[in-house]
Amino acid sequence: MSGISFLPARRPVPGVFVALTLVLAIGWLVVEIDGGQLFNQSTTVSLLHVAAGLGLVAVGQTLVILGGSLDLSVAYVLSLSTLVAAETMNGRDGALLPAIGLALTVSAGVGLLNGLLVTKLRINAFIATLGVGLLLKGYLDNGYDGPAGSTAPSLVQTLGYQRVGPVPLSFVLLVVVTGAVWFTLSRTRFGHHLVAIGGDPEVARLSGVRNDRVLVTAHVLCALCAGLAGIYLASRLGSGAPRVGTEGLYDLESIAAVVIGGTALAGGRGGVIGTVGGVVLLASIDAIFNQLEVDAFFKQVIRGAIIIAAVAIYARRALRKADS
Amino acid sequence: MSDPRPAPLLVLRGIGKSFLGVRVLDGVDLDVAPGEVHAVVGENGAGKSTLMKIVSGGYAPDEGSIELAGEPRAFRGPRDAQRAGVGIIHQEFNLLPERTVAENVYLGHEPVRRGLVDRREMLRRTDDLLASIGETALPADARVGRLGVAQQQVVEIAKALALDARLLIMDEPTASLADHEVELLYGLMRRLQERGIGLLYVSHRLAEVFDLSGRITVLKDGRRVTTVDTADTTADELVRHMVGRELSSYYPDRAGPDDRGPVRLTVRGGGNKKLRGVDLELRAGEVLGVGGLQGAGRSALARAIFGAAPFTTGELTIDGTPIRPRSPRAAMRAGVAYVTEDRKGEGIVARQSVLDNALLASRAVFAARSGRAARTVRVRELLAAVEVRAVDDDQEIRFLSGGNQQKVVLARWLALNPRILLFDEPTRGIDVGAKSAIHDLVRRLAREGAAVLMISSDLPELLGMSDRIVVLRDGRVAGELPAGATEEDVVALAVGTVREAAQ
Repeated sequence: MSGISFLPARRPVPGVFVALTLVLAIGWLVVEIDGGQLFNQSTTVSLLHVAAGLGLVAVGQTLVILGGSLDLSVAYVLSLSTLVAAETMNGRDGALLPAIGLALTVSAGVGLLNGLLVTKLRINAFIATLGVGLLLKGYLDNGYDGPAGSTAPSLVQTLGYQRVGPVPLSFVLLVVVTGAVWFTLSRTRFGHHLVAIGGDPEVARLSGVRNDRVLVTAHVLCALCAGLAGIYLASRLGSGAPRVGTEGLYDLESIAAVVIGGTALAGGRGGVIGTVGGVVLLASIDAIFNQLEVDAFFKQVIRGAIIIAAVAIYARRALRKADS
Repeated sequence: MSDPRPAPLLVLRGIGKSFLGVRVLDGVDLDVAPGEVHAVVGENGAGKSTLMKIVSGGYAPDEGSIELAGEPRAFRGPRDAQRAGVGIIHQEFNLLPERTVAENVYLGHEPVRRGLVDRREMLRRTDDLLASIGETALPADARVGRLGVAQQQVVEIAKALALDARLLIMDEPTASLADHEVELLYGLMRRLQERGIGLLYVSHRLAEVFDLSGRITVLKDGRRVTTVDTADTTADELVRHMVGRELSSYYPDRAGPDDRGPVRLTVRGGGNKKLRGVDLELRAGEVLGVGGLQGAGRSALARAIFGAAPFTTGELTIDGTPIRPRSPRAAMRAGVAYVTEDRKGEGIVARQSVLDNALLASRAVFAARSGRAARTVRVRELLAAVEVRAVDDDQEIRFLSGGNQQKVVLARWLALNPRILLFDEPTRGIDVGAKSAIHDLVRRLAREGAAVLMISSDLPELLGMSDRIVVLRDGRVAGELPAGATEEDVVALAVGTVREAAQ
C-alpha cells in the first residue's frame, strides 16, 4: 500500500494490440498452411472496409461508455442515416452536401433525444436508448420494405470505393474521426469532464462539472458518428438500406469493440485508440475465417468466446488492482 | 493562553438541526481562527459529522448562523461552500483513481489556453501547489489509483487548496493511515497552519488531538459541552466531558457464575484487512459486549466470524474444533448467526412477507424439500415466541416497526438453532419498549445456553447488557473490562488515553 509509484499515468500498449498481433500472426500462419494468403490486396481492402463501418460507430460508442452511459440505438440511427442520405441525394451529385447535412442533423437529433432521456428524465441509458431504437425500428419497418433512394455517384466513387494504395478512403475517414475524438478526450474540458463523470458522477458534480450538459453532448456525438457510418454505408451500397444497421449487429458489435479495446463498461477508464484496436481485431477474425471458409455459426461462437475472454481478463486485472 | 486571537475565520452561532423530529444538534457555537487547528471530539452520534456537513454546505442548519471571514453565509450546497473557501477532506476520498493527480486537482476548473486544456500548465500549477505544501516527491502526472492512502489524502488537500480554501475540515483524517504516514500528515497540517488556513479537525483519537490542536470543542448528544485550550486540559478531563449520562433504563439480570458454560468460540491472532491480532473467547451462557468507536473494527469482527469478510490470518475454533468459515453459509452450518447492523440493507427483504423473511435462512441452508411443513410450523412458533406484532404472517415486513422487524430477523436465525449469536447494534433505531423486549430476548437466549456477542455504540446498553466487555481500537483489542465497568472506562480504552491493558 505504501509503495510509491512514479509510473506515469499513460498506460503501456493496451492489451488489445497484443491480442491483435497474436491473432494476425496465428491467422497468417494458419491461412498459409491452408494454402491461402491472408494479406493480399483484396482481403486487406475488405478488412479495412469492414473496420471503417464498425469503427465509426464504435468510436462514438466509446464516448458514451466512457461517460458511464450506453447507446443501443446506434444500429437504427445508422439505418435511418443511409435512407435520409440516399433519398435526399436521389442520385444527384448536386444534392450531396445538403443530403449529408440532413442525415447528420437527423442523427444528432436522435442523440439529443437519447441524452435528454438519460439526463433529464433519469431513465437508465440501457432502457432509454433501447426505447428510442425501437421507435426508429417502428418507423423503418413501417415505411420501407427494402432499399430506397439512390446515393450520389460522386460519393460512391469517393467514399465508397476510392483507395490510397490498399487503404480505402473510408478507413482514412475513420482515422481522422478517431484522431479528433482522441484529441477531444485528452485536450478539451469536455473530454476531461466526460471521463470524470464516468469515473464517479458525484465527484464530478462536487467538482463543479455540469454532468447533464456533458452527457447530452456525448450522446449527440455518438449519434453523429453512427450517422456518419450510415453515410459511408450508403456510399457502399448505392442506396438507403433500412435494415443494414441491425443485420450488421452494429449496436452490440460496437459495444463489444469498445470493451475489447479496454474501456470499462461502467465508464471512467479507457480510450478511443483501444476501441479501434478492438474493431480491427474483430474485422481480422472475420477476414481470417473467411479465408479459411469456416462455418458462419462457428465463427459466431469464436467471436463470442473472444469477447467473454477479453472481459474476463479485464475483470481479473481490476480485481488484482483492488487487492494490491 | 490569554493572548488576543486574530479575527476569527469561521464563526458558528447557535447551530441547530433536526432529522425527522430527532434533534441532532442544539445551539452549537464554535469559532476557528486563521492558522488554528480546532479539534472537535465526541462519542459516536454526538453530532460531529452533522456539524461538519453544515459547515461544508452538505446540510442547511435549521437554526443559527454561519459567518465566514466576517460575512454571514447560507450555503446552498457543497459547491457553494467550496467557492466561499471551505474545503472538506472526507474519510472516503472524493478522487478519480483512473485519472492523474493534476487531472483530479483541477477537475472542473482545468486551465485553458485557446479553448483547449493546457496540460503543461495544469501539471506545472499542480507541481507548484504540491511544492508549496512541501510535497515534492509526488509526481503530478501519476495516476491517483496507484498512490498510497496518505498520498491520496495529499491530493485531496491539494484539490481543496486549488480552490483557494481558507478553512479546511478534516474528518478523521488519520483513520486509514499507517503510523509513519500520520507523522507526514502532522507536518503537512503545520504547513497549512503557517499559510493561515484554519483547520477543523474531527477525531476520535485524543492523542492526535493533543498533538495538533490549539483548542478543543467537546460535543455530546448534539450540544457543545465545552471549548477548552488544549494546553489547559487533560485526556481524562475530556473523557469525562464526553460521557456521563443517566443509566436509567432497566436491563435484565446478568449471568451468574453458574450460568457460564464451556467455551464456544475462540479467536487467536485473528486478522484481515480491518483487524489485527484479535484474541477472543466466548462462553456459552454469557453476553460478551464489544465496544469501540466507529471504524474500530467491531462490525469487521462479527463479519469475520460469520465468514462474510473472513479472517485471513489466525485461528478460529467453535466448540474446540478449528474452523475457517469462508462464507456466511459455512458459518451458519457451524451454528453461527449474525443480526446485522444495517437492518434495512442487510437484515430484511422489505417487500416480502414476515413469514418469508423469517424463513429466509432456513430455506437457504437446508435441503429444499425435507421437512418444509415442519419448518414453517417451527418458524411460526418462533415468531409468536419473540412476540412479533404484525397483522398476520403474510404482511409485508416493511410495514412493521423497527423493533418488530428486528424480532423477525431474530426468529429467522433462531430457526437454525444457533449456538453462537452475533448481534450488531441490535436496538439501533428501535423504540424504548421494543428495546427492552429485545434485551430480554438476548439475555434469555444466553441463559438457554447460547453464546452471545453484542456490538453496541449505545454505552448504557453495552454496560447494562454485557457480562464482559471487549473494547476494540484500530482493529485491535484495546482491552477487556468486567461487568460493572463505567462509561469512562470504555471510552478511555476506545480513544486510547490508557495504554493497551490486554496486550
